[in-house]
Amino acid sequence: MRYLSNIVTLELDDSRCIGCGRCVEVCPHAVFIVAEGTARIVERDACMECGACARNCPVDAISVRAGVGCATAVIYGMLTGKETCTCGESCCESM
Amino acid sequence: MPAPECSSCGAVAPRTANCGMPVVSVNSTWSWRDWLGAARVRLNLGRMCYAVTPGLYAIGRPAPDAPVLVTANYKLTFDHVRRAMHGMAGWLLVLDTKGINVWCAAGKGTFGTDELIRAVAATGLAHVVTHRTLIVPQLGAPGVAAHLVQQQTGFRVVYGPVRATDLPAFLAAGMQATPAMRRVTFDLRDRLLVVPVELAMWIKYAVLLALLLALLSGVHGMGYDLAWVCSRGLRAAGLVLLGFVVGGAVTPALLPWLPGRAFAVKGALTGIVVALLCWALGLVQTGSEVLAATLLLGAMASFMGLQFTGASTFTSLSGVRKETRIALPLQSAALLAGIIIWLVAR
Ligand code: SF4
Ligand code: SF4
Repeated sequence: MRYLSNIVTLELDDSRCIGCGRCVEVCPHAVFIVAEGTARIVERDACMECGACARNCPVDAISVRAGVGCATAVIYGMLTGKETCTCGESCCESM
Repeated sequence: MPAPECSSCGAVAPRTANCGMPVVSVNSTWSWRDWLGAARVRLNLGRMCYAVTPGLYAIGRPAPDAPVLVTANYKLTFDHVRRAMHGMAGWLLVLDTKGINVWCAAGKGTFGTDELIRAVAATGLAHVVTHRTLIVPQLGAPGVAAHLVQQQTGFRVVYGPVRATDLPAFLAAGMQATPAMRRVTFDLRDRLLVVPVELAMWIKYAVLLALLLALLSGVHGMGYDLAWVCSRGLRAAGLVLLGFVVGGAVTPALLPWLPGRAFAVKGALTGIVVALLCWALGLVQTGSEVLAATLLLGAMASFMGLQFTGASTFTSLSGVRKETRIALPLQSAALLAGIIIWLVAR
């Protein structure tokens, strides 16, 4: 399943990348591959902006505005100005 | 020494690790209590405190070279890991995530670099095991910077599989995950498991709206008529609740097969189809009733479909923001229009 296209904030600065493969290891949607010593984004629209790759890249080659894609939290944020997960943490209990 | 009283996690008498730190041994099988607890959490029957004490646990009779698995102190997560380890030995390093699962806690940062470093130090893990490897669940990666953990503790972080059930295969392969083990899925079973939680979260608002509409249906030109509440009112309430269930349960079930990418669109389409089915079955008749039913069902189902983004495993915040900004005003307008048409055109 794919969500909206051309919307995610994921950026890779391949000039910094050292090809360690951490991003491939942590990404739950196989967004990256490492070929010939550098990472490449191959499934950009599959990115859910979880932030795992950016957090684990040892040379800060990846940036993404991380957050939870949860409409309940977004609406709550619109109404109150805060953005927190308000769903009683139950939204992701399947995992 | 008496066993620490843990009513439900199957903790048995603690034993002492090499360094003298108390380590609690746990069973890898689930008792009826564990099943009951899991069912209660799934059905959202009260937000109970479903946490285990953070610290180091032993599964089986682990040797100093047995693997160390890091997990959250949400009991359901903890239970899944210990069950997956059935017949094997290992150490479980349980972080203090305030009783929240790995994925949510990683997003908040409570399952994170600092807490992991703290737990490694607090449990004296370096004296308990001879190796220097931590197996961290992959879904915890948004909170954990592996390279910083290694710098601070000397322990190398290897990300384990997404699903605890893949742990035996992962360990047997020398801590190698297949690409499939690294992928988050969202199959029918996953989707249906979160449906009750979603419905439980919103049902009070849906019932309130249904009641309100039922009561409003009694108002007419000269005054108030209870007979209208019972006939038109109850049907209107039924439509609202039907839209709620269609958007909250049918849309998630059919998610991959529904056209469109936006959840609000998928929800709206299911709602409209069900409204047309109601028409075909004669539950709504006149033109204005059909129009009102289409608007009510479409709006309700679209709203509930949109809420399901939070339960899904592939929606990005940027996408949900965009979708919500467009969909929410349209849903509100459709709902209002549906209510007005239902009340006025009769
Ligand atoms: S984690 Fe960073 S350095 Fe390593 S392969 Fe990915 S982008 Fe390159
Ligand atoms: S933010 Fe998450 S989903 Fe997106 S590329 Fe990074 S690890 Fe993958």
